[in-house]
Amino acid sequence: MSWWKQWTWPSRLRSKGIIGMNRRNIRYIGRYNDRRLYPLVDDKLKTKLLAQSHGITTPALIGTVETQFGVKHIGNILKGHQGFVIKPAKGSGGKGILVIEQVSDANDFIKPSGVRLSLTDVERHVSNILSGLYSLGGSPDVAVIETLINFDESLMAYTYEGVPDIRVIIFNGYPVMAMMRLSTAASDGKANLHQGAVGVGLDMASGCALRGVQFDRPCTHHPDTGHDLASLVVPQWETLLNLAASCYEMTGLGYLGTDMVLDRQHGPMLLELNARPGLAIQMTNGEGLRRRLDLIERQPSGVSPEKRVAFAQYHFARRSELLDSTDTPPASA
Amino acid sequence: MSRLPFYAIVGLLLIAGIAMSVHRHLQFEIPWLPGEQRQVWEVEAMINFNAQDGPVEVDFSLPSHQQGFRVLTENTASSGYGLAYHADEFGRRAQWTIREAAGSQQLYYSAQILVSPEAQMTSQTAPELPPETPWERPYDTAATEVIEQAWARSADNATFARELIRDVNGDRQGENARLLLTQFESTELLVRLLNQAGVKARAISGLMLEDGRRRQTLSNWIQVFSDNEDQWWLFHPKSGEQGKPENLLLWETGGQAILEVQGGTNSRVTFSMLTHSQPASAAVRNHLSDDTLLNFSIHSLPLEEQALFQTILLIPIGALMVVLLRVLVGIKTSGTFMPVLIALAFIQTSLSTGLVGFLLVVSVGLVIRNYLSYLNLLLVARVSAVIITVIAIISVFSVLAYRVGLNAGLTITFFPMIILAWTIERMSILWEEEGPKEVLMQGGGSLATAVLAFLAMNNPVVRHITFNFLGVQFILMALILILGNYTGYRLLELRRFKPITDDEPKP
Repeated sequence: MSWWKQWTWPSRLRSKGIIGMNRRNIRYIGRYNDRRLYPLVDDKLKTKLLAQSHGITTPALIGTVETQFGVKHIGNILKGHQGFVIKPAKGSGGKGILVIEQVSDANDFIKPSGVRLSLTDVERHVSNILSGLYSLGGSPDVAVIETLINFDESLMAYTYEGVPDIRVIIFNGYPVMAMMRLSTAASDGKANLHQGAVGVGLDMASGCALRGVQFDRPCTHHPDTGHDLASLVVPQWETLLNLAASCYEMTGLGYLGTDMVLDRQHGPMLLELNARPGLAIQMTNGEGLRRRLDLIERQPSGVSPEKRVAFAQYHFARRSELLDSTDTPPASA
Repeated sequence: MSRLPFYAIVGLLLIAGIAMSVHRHLQFEIPWLPGEQRQVWEVEAMINFNAQDGPVEVDFSLPSHQQGFRVLTENTASSGYGLAYHADEFGRRAQWTIREAAGSQQLYYSAQILVSPEAQMTSQTAPELPPETPWERPYDTAATEVIEQAWARSADNATFARELIRDVNGDRQGENARLLLTQFESTELLVRLLNQAGVKARAISGLMLEDGRRRQTLSNWIQVFSDNEDQWWLFHPKSGEQGKPENLLLWETGGQAILEVQGGTNSRVTFSMLTHSQPASAAVRNHLSDDTLLNFSIHSLPLEEQALFQTILLIPIGALMVVLLRVLVGIKTSGTFMPVLIALAFIQTSLSTGLVGFLLVVSVGLVIRNYLSYLNLLLVARVSAVIITVIAIISVFSVLAYRVGLNAGLTITFFPMIILAWTIERMSILWEEEGPKEVLMQGGGSLATAVLAFLAMNNPVVRHITFNFLGVQFILMALILILGNYTGYRLLELRRFKPITDDEPKP
């Protein structure tokens, strides 16, 4: 009967407020996300330009390449930049992202892993992006070149190779739940949970770690660096939440996943948006989204972002399970 | 946002569907279950020819009552033609005539034929032995030798015919037989040899009845009489097998031509057929009710379209299975409705052959697609290359299977090739991006869904109900709409989210 232990009852999930795929699709995405607005978030270039016009910090845009003809001029665009990232505007799941950490004197482009690329290699990568190799359905794409993020040193010990990013779910403009995704050797430096990245649930009030999850199972230490996850605190938490919350006004999407990073100089930055955010955030928080979403649905509209963040910080505060797991305070008021 | 219109639509669909089904059940006495039924075959012959701007006379042979089958009703569709039936000792014929016709012409004849094991054939008159036509040299000696050899090994007319067929077409085919076959068609040759030996025999034609077949032609058989003419046997001219297969409907039993067209060229006849079940009483009474609006039955369509519809009407069942498995269970498939199309192919190929064929084609396709990815092609070109690869794989496997003697392998051509190509493309990308484990998961999920959809679609009760009750389609629609509104957990989510419920003490 051991296989039976792997399953649970619907009633227990319901009492935990867990949201399933069907409910997310019908009740939240279908109802609050206007299909017409999807292109704003599915195209990273559009998101970035929109964010700039709304005063939301994003990694600085170095340039774009839109035609195969323009590929030849990429050397000129990159001149003088020490570190940069080339990504497809319509890529998904981190595909086709080329990170160059440094440009050597001999004009070699050096990746974080130490591999050296020539200018021809970079040109071929950009050409592949344009022909749609990484975009959904293979449609022609645009290559976006932006500055490299120097992520905050305080988080360096919690990640292996990749940039840790922070996912905040925004519902009707209110931050609902947050997690940090730490890349591991298993996830090959990518911050994708289903590939083996560690997800750390974050307390909405303070940005402190609540609990860690890898492959849907709890963990307390980073598997590669061995660092204790309990001590993880996201700096500039309130700024980050305010930035995320203002994405609601920017896009008009009611149920939104915002991916943020912390830069050493510029603080929290918006990396990309997702109109169909996954449900794994519930696993990393050890709590369902249902109660929080229900509470927000009862709030009036037209509240300013600052007030919404304060509301979320007050109502969704929790204590870390990593420090002390004897008692859990109620999740919502 | 009010959900009232939604429930109103669902309610209307349910009521309409149930009402239509009940109406059909009561009005036409169509039972809910396929049991205790008389099987009725609808056979349709389509005659095609090009008229030559003048009078046309078409003479077509018709089937009669015979062992195992009873002809219930027959209809023709032939606008502008005069029609006459006549019968003689060699069988029944229909004659269409017209004074002036030009261009491509189609004449239809359809018959409802009841399967009835107790039906008997009217007695058959044996043909007269034709006057002997002399053979040319060197065929005369070859013919005599073949006859003598078979004669020596046989005891009566039946065994003589069997030995003769084996000598001419079977594994004992000798030099003489091969020489004769260069000059004569084998059925014609066999009849001539039998007659030369003084055995009364003739070539007759029959139709192998198989459900849902279209564009079929008649097959040749040899009827051999005993010396006193009160007994006869049927032989397959190729295999030499004796006896009439149960599903063989004898179409022309007089040794006459099946179709004669005067004033036209390029004439040919093709057959489509379909079986459905009727309650015994209804089948015998055979109501051909007038086509009112309420008689919303695809049974009023031409047979060829009906055969198509029988499959089309099963697709909603497959779609319902996919919706169930995805919304309620949460199985991942590669391509949403790809499993339904695979399941349709399984219906043609049978499950085991289909599974083996699918796995063979997809795995070989993945290997070749893996090489294609090194060539760095654009998507459309790559998928087109995969389509050609799939066709090549299917051709190679068909030929191989045929060579090895596995006729079941030939049915592999029923697979939807473009869908297979996309499946291979998607799985290959999945392999590169997520690794082989995800490919196995999604491939396995697709295959499991296809098998379940196949089991649902191939179920005799389901086939009976979907084909006979069109109202069921409305009920299926309502069910799918309701499922599209389901916000509960999927079965597999009960496993996925299990760790969350672990850490708390039980309430």
